[in-house]
Amino acid sequence: MSAEPEIDPGDPGQVSHPPVFLERQGYRRRRLMDAARLLPLIGAGLFAVPLLWSGTSETEAPYSLSSAIIYIFGVWAGLIVLAALFGYGARRLGRSSDVPGPEPD
Amino acid sequence: MSRRVMLVEDEPNITEAIRFLLIRDGWEVETHADGTDAVEVISSAKPDLVILDVMLPGKSGMEILTELRARDDLQGLPVLMLTARGQSRDRDLAEKAGVSRFMTKPFSNSEVLTAVRDLHAQATQT
Amino acid sequence: MASLNVLVLVCLGYVALLFLVAFAADRLAATGRSTWLRSPLIYTLSLSIYCTAWTFYGAVGYAARSGLEFVTIYVGPTLVMIGWWWGLRKLVRVGRSQRVTSIADLISSRYGKSNTLAICVTILAVISVTPYIALQLQSITLSFSIFAEADPNNSYNEIASVFWVAAGLAVFAILFGTRNLDANERHHGVVTAVAIEAVVKLIALLAVGIFVVWGVAGGVTDTMARIDASEIGQWNIDRGRWATITFLAAAAFVCLPRMFQVMVVENDDERHLRTAAWAFPLYLLLMSLFVIPIAVVGLDLMPEGANPDLFVLTVPLSQGQQGLAMLSFLGGFSSATSMVIVAAMALSTMVSNHIVMPIWLSSRGSGASVSGDVRSVVLLARRVSIAVIMALGYFYYRLSGGGAALAAIGLIAFAGIAQILPALVGGLFWRGATRTGALAGLTVGFVLWLYTLLLPGIGGEVMPAVVMENGLFGLSWLKPQALFGIDGLDPMVHSVMWSLSLNAAAFCVVSLFGFPSPIERLQAAQFVNVFEHSAGPRGWVGSVAQSEDLMIMSQRILGAREAQVFFHAEAQRQGGRGHLPEPTPMFLQRLERELAGSVGAATAHAMIGQIVGGSSVSVEDLLAVADESAQLLEYSSQLEAKSDELSRTAHQLREANEKLTQISLQKDNFLSQVSHELRTPMTSIRAFSEILRDTEGLQPDEQTRYATIIHDEALRLTRLLDDLLDLSVLENGQVNLNMGEGMLAEVLDRAVSTAMTGASREMRILRNETNERIPVHSDLDRLTQVFINLIANARKYCDATAPELSIRVHEVGGKVVVDMIDNGSGIPRDSRKLVFEKFARVSAERAGGAGLGLAICREIMQRLGGDIIYLNGHQGAAFRVSFPSGYQLAAQ
Repeated sequence: MSAEPEIDPGDPGQVSHPPVFLERQGYRRRRLMDAARLLPLIGAGLFAVPLLWSGTSETEAPYSLSSAIIYIFGVWAGLIVLAALFGYGARRLGRSSDVPGPEPD
Repeated sequence: MSRRVMLVEDEPNITEAIRFLLIRDGWEVETHADGTDAVEVISSAKPDLVILDVMLPGKSGMEILTELRARDDLQGLPVLMLTARGQSRDRDLAEKAGVSRFMTKPFSNSEVLTAVRDLHAQATQT
Repeated sequence: MASLNVLVLVCLGYVALLFLVAFAADRLAATGRSTWLRSPLIYTLSLSIYCTAWTFYGAVGYAARSGLEFVTIYVGPTLVMIGWWWGLRKLVRVGRSQRVTSIADLISSRYGKSNTLAICVTILAVISVTPYIALQLQSITLSFSIFAEADPNNSYNEIASVFWVAAGLAVFAILFGTRNLDANERHHGVVTAVAIEAVVKLIALLAVGIFVVWGVAGGVTDTMARIDASEIGQWNIDRGRWATITFLAAAAFVCLPRMFQVMVVENDDERHLRTAAWAFPLYLLLMSLFVIPIAVVGLDLMPEGANPDLFVLTVPLSQGQQGLAMLSFLGGFSSATSMVIVAAMALSTMVSNHIVMPIWLSSRGSGASVSGDVRSVVLLARRVSIAVIMALGYFYYRLSGGGAALAAIGLIAFAGIAQILPALVGGLFWRGATRTGALAGLTVGFVLWLYTLLLPGIGGEVMPAVVMENGLFGLSWLKPQALFGIDGLDPMVHSVMWSLSLNAAAFCVVSLFGFPSPIERLQAAQFVNVFEHSAGPRGWVGSVAQSEDLMIMSQRILGAREAQVFFHAEAQRQGGRGHLPEPTPMFLQRLERELAGSVGAATAHAMIGQIVGGSSVSVEDLLAVADESAQLLEYSSQLEAKSDELSRTAHQLREANEKLTQISLQKDNFLSQVSHELRTPMTSIRAFSEILRDTEGLQPDEQTRYATIIHDEALRLTRLLDDLLDLSVLENGQVNLNMGEGMLAEVLDRAVSTAMTGASREMRILRNETNERIPVHSDLDRLTQVFINLIANARKYCDATAPELSIRVHEVGGKVVVDMIDNGSGIPRDSRKLVFEKFARVSAERAGGAGLGLAICREIMQRLGGDIIYLNGHQGAAFRVSFPSGYQLAAQ
């Protein structure tokens, strides 16, 4: 009797449970994801800041457009850099740990 | 080289037939007709091979086989089992209990001889 | 001065270049050597169709009118992109795993493959996007006219040029958008052309910007000073519009059919999002970087009343920069063409899949049996759809008469398309969202958008002034721009607020109260938990991937083991060595049949169709799926109604089953005992006959002995068969009792003499003749048989040295009692109740009986109205036979 060893990759019953504590790499990965989730919220908040400035009272001198431009484009550029950093980090961590844990969604 | 067979069978005519066959084939044959003390008889006789009936008075062949397999000294003893009940369930049970060969009555004489020779050859090889 | 002819030549040359690029890319993609075509860069650049001519030209105009508010159009998508981990990633994964072909397809398949919903989304998209296409046509025409004004020999005809632009774009879209029916609706040629156009428009705008800042204004600081000094130089925004338009742009970025096309459908690899997440916002930033400077300088330089929407062109022209103006023109041309082509493609897919095909299929009646047939119809439908959409854009342009009214249409279109957002987001993140909810939300949102924004906004007298002033039917709370008496809001903010909030509310409330169909719930789980259901990010690789996907799907339906066994068997049948079979038609057919067993034929067909391709067949299939699930629902409710009855029946069945099991167990035991009893003598017979046959040199006495054994065993067999027959007849009650009269003494005499003949051992029989003088009326032969059996047993089993059997007879109250007691050791106590069972074996000795004798005796005695029992309290074996004498019975 020679029973073939059964390889059953699709069987969900054989999926091992993720460990309670992740290794350092996995932990970094998760925190990176948290940061990625936070990014649009921060961006939305920063882009909403100009709503607070506009010349509310007639006495106050209104903000000049040039400073508004500098602020908006500064925030914009900052977000782009952060998003790029996240993308780079995700790629690096993604490469070093080829088997990612279940994604926390 | 000794070639001794212990035949545990309660039907005298069948005992006589098998005995006749094996003796002519050059075997030393001991017989026993009761299940109750079969294990003790076998362990003291230390045969090279056992032919065991399933339906025995006192203790069934299955029980005897299980007890044999539980003992260190008789674990590897070749056991040829004979049954007249002819149910596949019995075969499964016997295989689970560790039978070496299982045969249904009525058998042909040459079958029995071949089985006994084979089992003995296997046992002496390993 | 560039003549109009040169301009037209440049345009044609540029379009020819695009043709060439698209063609080469398609060829490359077909040969599979196109790794760079699938790079994240191309993906990012293709997203730039978000920036249309409306943004290329219009942003500067927007800035000239409202200052910095125009950035909201770009900030919205920026937030969506950098938040890709939240939403886009899921959207793209769902789109890929479900093989969706358009946003209408996505919404439809999320809500149980509802074609009604798909039609709604399609109509909404066509209505929103057609004016937008008209806007692009207008921008191209306007830019032409700028050059035409400067051309001395002016033969420019605006209407004709719009017509030719529309026709040309339609041809391009048809050629590259519908060249073939790809299973995944990917168009590498178009995407590559779009990417090139993205580069052209970015370079053009940057060039104009750099020229303006350093060539005209004299550096960054000077520009900033100019900006602050200009008429828009003060920070003064409408907060409501700022927030609303940011949100709207974000929503439209996801919901616009053309964006969905490039972002989800054309996506080759989910990981491209990671790059696009920062690269696309960077693109947007660069696109908007010089908008304010150009606007400010334009306002300074150009005469009062010049159209600020065309500053990008007119500023370089006014400075004598012909080449720059030409580049800028190409940029605007690129923006318009890429948008129109992709939008037309996306819309045509929706129109043909969800409107034309269902109609065609149902008109054909018999259904899509010939796949080649369907493919050609689908292609034709797409081509016609593109032409019709372009025609709609053209006529819309002609009817609206162009002008400023059209410029406002961009945001109006955004607001319309954003009505899909609640159904989309709800569908991706909320399993409870239902089809009816989505339909309700879409309808409410669509109607409100139409009433509060589109109709008042498109100008003309589409919305009567009376309604605008006094509300519908004169109800003031129905005023299109002041619903429910909320007045004083910007019309855009007002409309978006009402339409989207009521849309979302209707969607949620109806979903909460509705109950989704099975397929809807299945799809909900597939969408919301897409990361658990689908494989990780990987590129699309040809047919092997199809088998893999089929495998994944089959495992979900058939179970992992069964699916693997099936696939393995199929692979071997095909003669391949791998574990996965090639997706040949034969294999697919068999798989479909296999799946149909689990999920129904239509579902199986649709499922396989979805993976293997041919969205063309899916429409009809999906209708069938809907029917099937409806039947299922009805059936299950019937079942529920019958559940009480069923449980009662089940209980009865269980009881009956227990009885049957017992009976069958007894029967099994009986059969195996019969087998044993038959096989045992046969074994001896066979063994000895083989010995007689095969053994040479047997002694004569041996021969005799063995022949005797064979003879004896044959007799034993015969006896056994007789007994079995006898028992069977008795048990079945088929026995005919042969009643007769006689004295008990005579019966016993006969029994004793029969039982003792041929006895090898003497046994003394003790009788009291006087007591035996009892007349009996019974079946005397049967009675004799019972006595013979008992006496023979005693003879065989009595183990005393001088065996004795005493037969004692007495008569009590019309009952004759006969006791037979021997002087042996008797039957062990625990075996006593077994002796009357069939094949009961009490002693270790075998005496040739099968163990049926006493069972037969008991059967006989019961037939005769008596009984036979074992008597306790005696030393030897003691049996008591009792039966009615017969005369008392007759006297009664």
